[in-house]
Amino acid sequence: MIAIIDYEAGNLTSVERAVKHLGGDCAVTRDLGLIAGADRVIFPGVGAAGAAMASLRRLGLDQALADAVAAGKPVLGICLGTQIIFQRSDEDLAGCLGLMAGKVVRFAEDMPGQDGLRLKVPHMGWNQVRWVRDHPVFAGVDPEAEYYFVHSYHPLPQDQADVVGLTEYGVTFASVVARDNLVATQFHPEKSGRPGLQILRNFLAWDGKP
Amino acid sequence: MLSRRVIPCLDVRDGKLTKGVKFQGNVDIGDPVEMAAFYYEQGADELVFYDITASSDHRDIMIEVVRRVAETIFMPFSVGGGLRTVSDMYDVLLAGAEKVSVNSSAVQDPQVIAEGARQFGSQCVVLGMDVLKVGVRPEIPSGYEIVIHGGRKHMGLDALAWAKQAEDLGAGEICLNSIDADGTRQGYELTLTRMISRAVSIPVIASGGAGTPQHLAEVLTEGAADAALIASMTHYGDYTVAQIKDYLHQAGIKVRRHW
Repeated sequence: MIAIIDYEAGNLTSVERAVKHLGGDCAVTRDLGLIAGADRVIFPGVGAAGAAMASLRRLGLDQALADAVAAGKPVLGICLGTQIIFQRSDEDLAGCLGLMAGKVVRFAEDMPGQDGLRLKVPHMGWNQVRWVRDHPVFAGVDPEAEYYFVHSYHPLPQDQADVVGLTEYGVTFASVVARDNLVATQFHPEKSGRPGLQILRNFLAWDGKP
Repeated sequence: MLSRRVIPCLDVRDGKLTKGVKFQGNVDIGDPVEMAAFYYEQGADELVFYDITASSDHRDIMIEVVRRVAETIFMPFSVGGGLRTVSDMYDVLLAGAEKVSVNSSAVQDPQVIAEGARQFGSQCVVLGMDVLKVGVRPEIPSGYEIVIHGGRKHMGLDALAWAKQAEDLGAGEICLNSIDADGTRQGYELTLTRMISRAVSIPVIASGGAGTPQHLAEVLTEGAADAALIASMTHYGDYTVAQIKDYLHQAGIKVRRHW
């Protein structure tokens, strides 16, 4: 069973629908017992880091996630779920889960685009990922494919070995990170059409080994 | 680099497309779910559903359409039309829409933007604006006025001021429809689009007037739009989304071409 962590952060039904479409047996849950018994965990989320961390702590889900990672289960973070695996976020100056070294920072407001106009924040829409190393969860995707992003903050991993993919938006930022059995995307694979579904399918089949 | 988005807009009444959409072979498709799947396969970047159902009794029909669309396509789509309260928004988002759009209800009660953004996040709340060129007047310093009811009712509200206010209230995106250009197929309202898009830091979707791929190229460059809404030019089979994107790519505009 795949546990999709429910921590009161945004629309989780789209992740559930995509996983079910791929034939995955999943449940959107905050039940600590169910999460402890799950084979793999998806940690999605839309919203703000401070509120998300407060919910996670109140529901005991911070420990449940740390336990799943420590147990070697495949864990996938998505969007806000990706940001709060780091140590801290500039958003709400939140202390985060610390499952990966590094922090989360905001895009600058004055980044110029190619047409000379100021780039808008949030970074919203389809963008590419430059893959800097191979990883089983991203095997077989068209390297030119694009993915759906919507975010104003981005990860800044401390250890470059954790970076799997990079995306350009005013700056070059780590849009995909992975360490051992933990993998995380800043974009939304569940809303990124066929290439996104391919990534989810790979995750459902992944044994958690890099 | 971020791609500019091409977004087909589908009008739905009582769960059916208001205009049957004709494609190769003149197949007339009235089912919004089938059309969503068709545009998803064609490479549309997002879809907009506009519910023009007159009776609120029929709202549950639209919710069912949203649920079926969300099970069929795995990309963002928004739903607008007749959403007045946070509870209306919640129903649509829970059914699987990525975004909700509010238009006249937000003009009448701007707090619905703030409440929606607080409950669901700014990225979920799109402000739809219907705008008419009226000339500069003391109460309309930009020369563009907000109208509702398809342009029949003038609101005495300056379009530029309203766009900025909506951004401050927490709108995550603006869908900017020129009533003057709408239905003409003579091109988007570039002056209006550029003015609004440069004044706010949230993305602006240009709407109204698209007839050729060149019109999209103009509004995505000169008009400074982040995305372009299309309707009849693809609904009636004059162009496919892929043809439009090929044209934009040739014109040096970054679009998503692999899906």
